[in-house]
Amino acid sequence: MILPEVNWAAVMPSVILTVVGITVLCWELWMKEQDRKYLAWLSLAGVAGAALFSYTLWGRNESAFNGMLALDAYALFFNLIICLATGMTVLMSRHYVENNELPAGEYYALLLFAAVGMMLMAAATDLIVIFLGLETMSMAVYVLTGIRRQNVKANEAALKYFLLGAFASGFFLYGVALVYGVTGSVKLGEVATYISTHFSDGAGSPMLLAGMVLLIVGFGFKVAAAPFHAWAPDVYEGAPTTITAFMAVGVKAAAFASFVRVFLLSFGALHGQWEAILWALAVLTMIVGNLTALVQDNIKRMLAYSSIAHAGYLLVAMVAGGELGGAALMYYLVAYGLMNLGAFAIVVAVGKKGEPNEEFNDYAGLGFRYPGLAMMMTIFMLSLTGIPPLVGFTGKFYVFSAAVKAGYIWLAVIGVLNSVVSAYYYIRVVVTMYMQEGEKQVEPLSTRPALATAIVAATVGTIMVGVLPAKPMALARHSFASLQKPAQTASSTPKKDQAATSTPTATAPSKTPHH
Amino acid sequence: MADGKGRMAYGSDDTPESERSERAISHQANDESLGNGIMVPIHYHLMLSAVLFTIGALGVLLRRNTIVIFMSVELMLNAVNLSFVALARQWGSMDGQLIVFFVMAVAAAEAAVGLAIILMVFRNRETVNADELNLMRW
Repeated sequence: MILPEVNWAAVMPSVILTVVGITVLCWELWMKEQDRKYLAWLSLAGVAGAALFSYTLWGRNESAFNGMLALDAYALFFNLIICLATGMTVLMSRHYVENNELPAGEYYALLLFAAVGMMLMAAATDLIVIFLGLETMSMAVYVLTGIRRQNVKANEAALKYFLLGAFASGFFLYGVALVYGVTGSVKLGEVATYISTHFSDGAGSPMLLAGMVLLIVGFGFKVAAAPFHAWAPDVYEGAPTTITAFMAVGVKAAAFASFVRVFLLSFGALHGQWEAILWALAVLTMIVGNLTALVQDNIKRMLAYSSIAHAGYLLVAMVAGGELGGAALMYYLVAYGLMNLGAFAIVVAVGKKGEPNEEFNDYAGLGFRYPGLAMMMTIFMLSLTGIPPLVGFTGKFYVFSAAVKAGYIWLAVIGVLNSVVSAYYYIRVVVTMYMQEGEKQVEPLSTRPALATAIVAATVGTIMVGVLPAKPMALARHSFASLQKPAQTASSTPKKDQAATSTPTATAPSKTPHH
Repeated sequence: MADGKGRMAYGSDDTPESERSERAISHQANDESLGNGIMVPIHYHLMLSAVLFTIGALGVLLRRNTIVIFMSVELMLNAVNLSFVALARQWGSMDGQLIVFFVMAVAAAEAAVGLAIILMVFRNRETVNADELNLMRW
């Protein structure tokens, strides 16, 4: 009997997070009330450990667990984005959890478990593993959304998220079943081989196309693309602000990671079939997100619609496809992560216990009384709008130029027009802060050093990655290129594993001996 | 378990495509030659699964009690399970059957989380009617 190939390295970052998560959960039982703050530092150490481990794995391109997971630069790149989102969320949460009297042990443990699910999604090369990662992530986030149990808005948000999330999982799973029915496999590599040999004309069969559309519904829900976005504003508004930040960045990044892997890898041969659907989704998502954001009075809700709009820009990059589009998408996720985490961190900073201060009016006059805070918020808002030289501009530049180069000129034009519209509601925050009178008092950041660190880190990232985009973009390109190397699915048995990593051409010989 | 070995081999990545579909066909033929009654054709199962899935989806969209909505979601998942089992038979592979176990585990976990959330809402609002949960709109 041949033992299946395991390759623990591929799951080590997730294992680290799981172990730390369980430790956090158990430790909280024995610890004194005033020691709760160490839970945040322990979680942060776990996230840093996972990020470091992912970094040391860089350059490897192998498969793991009998072809169910991939250990490639693409997965590792997303691991780093997920660690960034989780780490920043932990920093933001340090005082937020204490001030709002949230259960610290459960909170940090669930945060880490959600990150594990995200990493699984990013690395999975098997539709069922993607489903499991998706559910691991979602269930942790459902609970986190409703963790303020006495808050009726949070209750409602958690219930809506749960019901619609489970509904969307049902569609996703049915999509998997149909794809399995046509191709006889749920492994992305085998699905791709089947499609390229049996449907080489790119037409597909009705059952396969139905499965593909159902998968689009499932993923579209998780990335909050219109018309599957209805849950997003309510959930983002009702969830604790720190969790909103985590959802907006982490969940979206993980969902896009496997969305792109499934569609560019498995359904690459059917590109002609899904590109029109995604084209329409991208346009609709951008327009719905931006237009609805215009009329919001709650900053969290405005940022929720803005994140819907950004999902639209990311879909543009995905439609453009190819090496440029893929790399632009990954770069944009980093950019979006940095500026969005920063913006939400400011919302956390402005809020107080029992006084969320989430309305636009609450920001009036902040510019005079808290110049530093207001300046950093301005930077995030300008970056979200896409003003050079900030990271939001560079990201949009890459996305739209990829679209133009791939021949989707109209898509790029609609995207740019949408960016112009978005300027209205982002600049409105700046105008409110600097040109209106207000008396709101904010607790000084010096009493919340962890939060201050997160905000400053996001600001530095927003400026530096925008001014010096070459290195992150090169990394994104390299990572995306690893997605299409055959080594990923070729190494089928442990013996051939070493050969496959050094020579990507091992695909051909590995198939012949069986005949 | 005459083809037990063949199934094991299918688990690895490198089973050639042609061989696999041949096996699926021979597997079916084999069953019929055994003469154990009439085989229900695969598309009957798939149609039943599709109908159940549609009933579930309509239930989510039309019903207003969140517990009934949740039950409809479970119906959708189980409809998919039926598809997986039928397709596993069709392909002569264990993958589909294994997937069903995972889906059942996920559904159980989902039930635990979901019912807890519904209970939490009921404690604070004393209602589980989706129409009355409208604090946030637009």
